[in-house]
Amino acid sequence: MAQRIDVKDLDIYYGDFHAVADVSMTIDPRSVTAFIGPSGCGKSTFLRTLNRMHEVIPGARVEGTVAMEGVDLYGDDIDPVAVRRQVGMVFQRPNPFPTMSIQENVLAGVKLVNKRISKADAADLVEQSLVGANLWNEVKDRLDKPGAGLSGGQQQRLCIARAIAVKPDVLLMDEPCSALDPISTLAIEDLIAELKQSYTIVIVTHNMQQAARVSDRTAFFNIAGTGKPGRLIEMGDTGTMFSSPTEKATEDYISGRFG
Amino acid sequence: MTSTAPPTARATPARRRRTPRDRGMNRAFRLVSTGSGALILAVLAAVAIFLVARAWPALTTPGAEIAQDVGWFPADASFLSFVGPLVFGTLLAAVLALVMAVPLSIGIALFISHYAPRRLATALGYAVDLLAAIPSVVYGLWGAMTLVGFVGPIWEWLASFLGWIPLFEGPAATPARVMLTAAVVLAVMILPIITAVCREVFLQTPKLHEEAALALGATRWEMIRTAVLPFARSGIVSGAMLGLGRALGETMAVLMILSPGFLYSFAILQAGQQQTIAANIAAQYADAAPIGVSTLIATGLALFVITMAVNMAARAIVARRKDFSGAN
Ligand SMILES: Nc1ncnc2c1ncn2[C@@H]1O[C@H](COP(=O)(O)OP(=O)(O)O)[C@@H](O)[C@H]1O
Ligand SMILES: [Mg+2]
Repeated sequence: MAQRIDVKDLDIYYGDFHAVADVSMTIDPRSVTAFIGPSGCGKSTFLRTLNRMHEVIPGARVEGTVAMEGVDLYGDDIDPVAVRRQVGMVFQRPNPFPTMSIQENVLAGVKLVNKRISKADAADLVEQSLVGANLWNEVKDRLDKPGAGLSGGQQQRLCIARAIAVKPDVLLMDEPCSALDPISTLAIEDLIAELKQSYTIVIVTHNMQQAARVSDRTAFFNIAGTGKPGRLIEMGDTGTMFSSPTEKATEDYISGRFG
Repeated sequence: MTSTAPPTARATPARRRRTPRDRGMNRAFRLVSTGSGALILAVLAAVAIFLVARAWPALTTPGAEIAQDVGWFPADASFLSFVGPLVFGTLLAAVLALVMAVPLSIGIALFISHYAPRRLATALGYAVDLLAAIPSVVYGLWGAMTLVGFVGPIWEWLASFLGWIPLFEGPAATPARVMLTAAVVLAVMILPIITAVCREVFLQTPKLHEEAALALGATRWEMIRTAVLPFARSGIVSGAMLGLGRALGETMAVLMILSPGFLYSFAILQAGQQQTIAANIAAQYADAAPIGVSTLIATGLALFVITMAVNMAARAIVARRKDFSGAN
């Protein structure tokens, strides 16, 4: 299930704008990897190259390789649609489909692959995914109500349920808690700790306590100035990164926020 | 027929300093907006009253008496049996036009909003807007002089291969001054407005939801089905209703193309079968006796009622799944 990702010499562009330069890193399976760094340094941009969502923006392109268990996701014969089924994504703002009920939302991705899923199987999958997203108890009596009627935190967990319902290998999360209150944030952090048993998880966060709490490894990105590309400064075990980083920039950033 | 909402109790004003100028502007704005609302209702009421008052003689006079003064009124008819086929013909023309125009409009609008490269999309958008600017007389001329000749062989082919479907029952008339030709012209006429409305709502689909679908592994078409079309549903209905409204009331194009008849007939390839209310008014108005004019106005009243009913039905459709509308 969970898969290892090797990124090598990745350069990311928006048209002529070089947004992220020369990133190489390894992301371990069954672990949580956190991306931190000042805003605008390209964390989201880089994250979106891991499921080929970057290229849906007109003019956006990528150079380099992103290999999942040795297979380059940007290879000639790779279908981006297939990549996105394998690598799920949760966005910064909860985005359940407003015209769908809670149940339909959970099944939205599944229905794309398997149109004729039986009623019983669908019900099982809905329960299993919502349980997996720690949302089942709160919504089991109103599965046919609109997903947009839930609270922000519940909507975000609904989006997680929708992402894991298609059984991806990797789960990408772009600041999944930044629009949520502290209680919902804790609920999602607990959930991440559970999900890492079965998935490779990559999370972008601007909250360093959160990175310290949930992640096994941390990558620090920085940007030299506006108009310059963002770069990966260093990456290591979260404990080491926060106690004794090798790079001065990392230390400045971390201590600046903590101090 | 329409009642204004009762003035709602105003919330207690927050304690906040307002300059007299502010207050003046507020009052002026309220006056202007209430005034325009009232004006619309007044105009609507005036039209309704005019229609009912002028139609009254025709509605209360026995058909046989109307027929004595009015050549085109059938001797053995009542007003209802006279207006019935006209209502039927009007609805048939409008529905046929809608059936052709809506899928095409959705397709064009989707192409412009989600498939075409930016430059082509802009050019196509302009072309569609230009179509909307062509006066209906021109459409009528084009239909009567060019299209009628062009579709003739196609209609004959339809009649000979699909003639077993009552709609396409032959023999197809030559020249093709038939309902299907008129409906094609109507469809072309309502295409721009429906396309324009659809394109706008498609473009307004939140990026957030489009990306949600793509990130789940949707192809572009699946993304459109999951995120764009459901979001745009009420907009599509509104666009279709605008088009339907225009098709129901369209006069010149039908008048210039259709060879009229007064039957409840689904034979859209044969001549002399149906007529629409608007085209019939235009055709008979010039040389009608007073009671004849009244009869025509009564048919106009029927058209008014149909249009209102269609609009209300559309509203009901749009409101039905409000919870799921995406406004949260
Ligand atoms: N859709 C886009 N088109 C052009 N430039 C973009 C787009 N999205 C982001 N960028 C630019 O890419 C850089 C990195 O942005 P982003 O990845 O959002 O940073 P972060 O997530 O670390 O805050 C920024 O300079 C930003 O302006
Ligand atoms: Mg970001």
